[in-house]
Amino acid sequence: MADRTGARARRRPQRHLPLQLLLGFLVVYFLVPFWWVVVNSAKDAPGLFGGGNTLWFSGRIDYLGNLEQLFTYDGGIYGRWILNSTLYAFAGGIGATVLAVLAGYGFAKYRFAARRFSFAVVLGALMVPATALVIPTFIMFSRLGLTNTVWAVILPSLLNPFGVYLMHVYARDAVPDEILDAARVDGAGEVRTFLRIALPLMRPAVVTVLLLSAVASWNNYFLPLAMLSDNRLFPVTVGLGLWQGVASANNAGSTSLWSLIIMGALVSVIPLVIAFFSLQRYWRGGLSVGGLR
Amino acid sequence: MTLLIGERAPRAQQQTHRIRGKVHLREHLMGWAFVGPFAIVFLAFLIAPLAYALYLSLFQKRLIGGTSFVFLDNYAKAFTDPSFLSGSWFVIRFSLVAIPLQIVVALAMALVLDAVTSLFTRFSRLMIFLPYAIPTVIGAVMWGFLYSRSFGPLSDVFGLFGATAPDFLGGNLVFYGLLNIVTWQWAGYYMIILYAALQGIDSTLYEAARMDGAGKWQIAVRIKIPLITPALVLILVFSLIGTLQFFNEPQILRYLAAGTIDSDFTPNMYAYQQAFALANFNYGSAISFALGGVVFVCVYAFLFFTRKRRSFL
Repeated sequence: MADRTGARARRRPQRHLPLQLLLGFLVVYFLVPFWWVVVNSAKDAPGLFGGGNTLWFSGRIDYLGNLEQLFTYDGGIYGRWILNSTLYAFAGGIGATVLAVLAGYGFAKYRFAARRFSFAVVLGALMVPATALVIPTFIMFSRLGLTNTVWAVILPSLLNPFGVYLMHVYARDAVPDEILDAARVDGAGEVRTFLRIALPLMRPAVVTVLLLSAVASWNNYFLPLAMLSDNRLFPVTVGLGLWQGVASANNAGSTSLWSLIIMGALVSVIPLVIAFFSLQRYWRGGLSVGGLR
Repeated sequence: MTLLIGERAPRAQQQTHRIRGKVHLREHLMGWAFVGPFAIVFLAFLIAPLAYALYLSLFQKRLIGGTSFVFLDNYAKAFTDPSFLSGSWFVIRFSLVAIPLQIVVALAMALVLDAVTSLFTRFSRLMIFLPYAIPTVIGAVMWGFLYSRSFGPLSDVFGLFGATAPDFLGGNLVFYGLLNIVTWQWAGYYMIILYAALQGIDSTLYEAARMDGAGKWQIAVRIKIPLITPALVLILVFSLIGTLQFFNEPQILRYLAAGTIDSDFTPNMYAYQQAFALANFNYGSAISFALGGVVFVCVYAFLFFTRKRRSFL
């Protein structure tokens, strides 16, 4: 930013004060739920229900105690949910990304039979709502005896037509045919050309697709809700939804469950927030691809 | 679809491939080898379920007589079923408000963040995007707390003025309660997509416009917005698909908003209830398939009508 000095930069802070104020309000709005969760996960039951300020600490500040409660409740089921979510996010995310990278590259760089038609079908699939597939997939899986297993959640998450679209656009523009041909002339096989030449060039898009598919798996609710009945296989979304239902159903009798849900919500958002912040550099470059073309 | 793809004229490739004419079979095979694994998943988890849903939706299971072929009876039933119709009507009304709202908010934020560069705006950009990293279920849980009369700040704030807090989980206000959650959840993501598109615009265009005497406002309206139309179309499609299959947020808030959000609140919730609470898979499949079909047709029609404005596909 240092090189962009001059009159414009100097006048900026004053001229844009109203806009910056507006942004300030927006930031507060977007952060209020986080703030509420951060503050209230420190409270014990009296603090939570005592009628004190709901947006500030009151009573004892007891993060460690609440964390311990969260991870020991019901035989440590919450820890299992987090591990399950991690498994589903990694397996689904990595699997979907590998498939999308291969397919996107294939669509972009080879003229094979039925290519245009197949790609049009994939684009059409972007418009099929994912939830419309859940019920028939469930019935199919129950015939195969796959429901209530981890596969019931992982296998359908491998499908990511948007990832294929993104990879196709990116491979088309970022991997010049000349380089591929040069590699072939030098005697490199197709697979070697792909791994050594194309893949490194496609890295920003690969990270973006990986992040987007992992997030989609981590956030998924409808699919695991339908597929799983054993609560030891639940991801954290379904698990917290279950607690929320139980706690709301017997409103007064479950004060301790409410504080577990609040702490559970806080813990469950931390991994993704860290992932997004640390991988910023990559996904910002990749996200622009989908919008620009 | 081929109309929408906007295929780049593959001149360079054609030349290089012509040179090696006999490689054709090999190229077909290599192409399919790369696309094959995805194609298998695509057939197994998209085409097969769709076909199966269509098949199931043509049958009915009766207590007496077992399962019988009824052709389109389930669809006829769905389109006269008050539960399905009211759910659909809610989702349509909700889309008509939520989608423009999200896009306008996202666009305004993206334009501001694009125009003003400071440490604070960079920080704001991340914070506004943050909700995207939150599972929708957790987002709904969080807002459920904020709306709640026992834990939420609303009663404190309104109490200051001696007023009773509005109940965003009851009555007609639940519409606005959900609207707020959805906007909070997605506006930041759409903002990032638009912002990325804005950053990709060649800034010499602004210089030229400024020379011609255009103000900041004019540059935004006349240059920036038209140039990011593909990105706008993209997020419109995303939000249309997302909102029509509305499920997670109302499903989570159902317990807190007992009596307001019923199990037939949206078509997707109704399909879920039919399939999993009532084990009525045929009717559930019919609703799923009808919903999927309606979404597909809506989005396709939308893309068709906007394709002249440089669609994203």
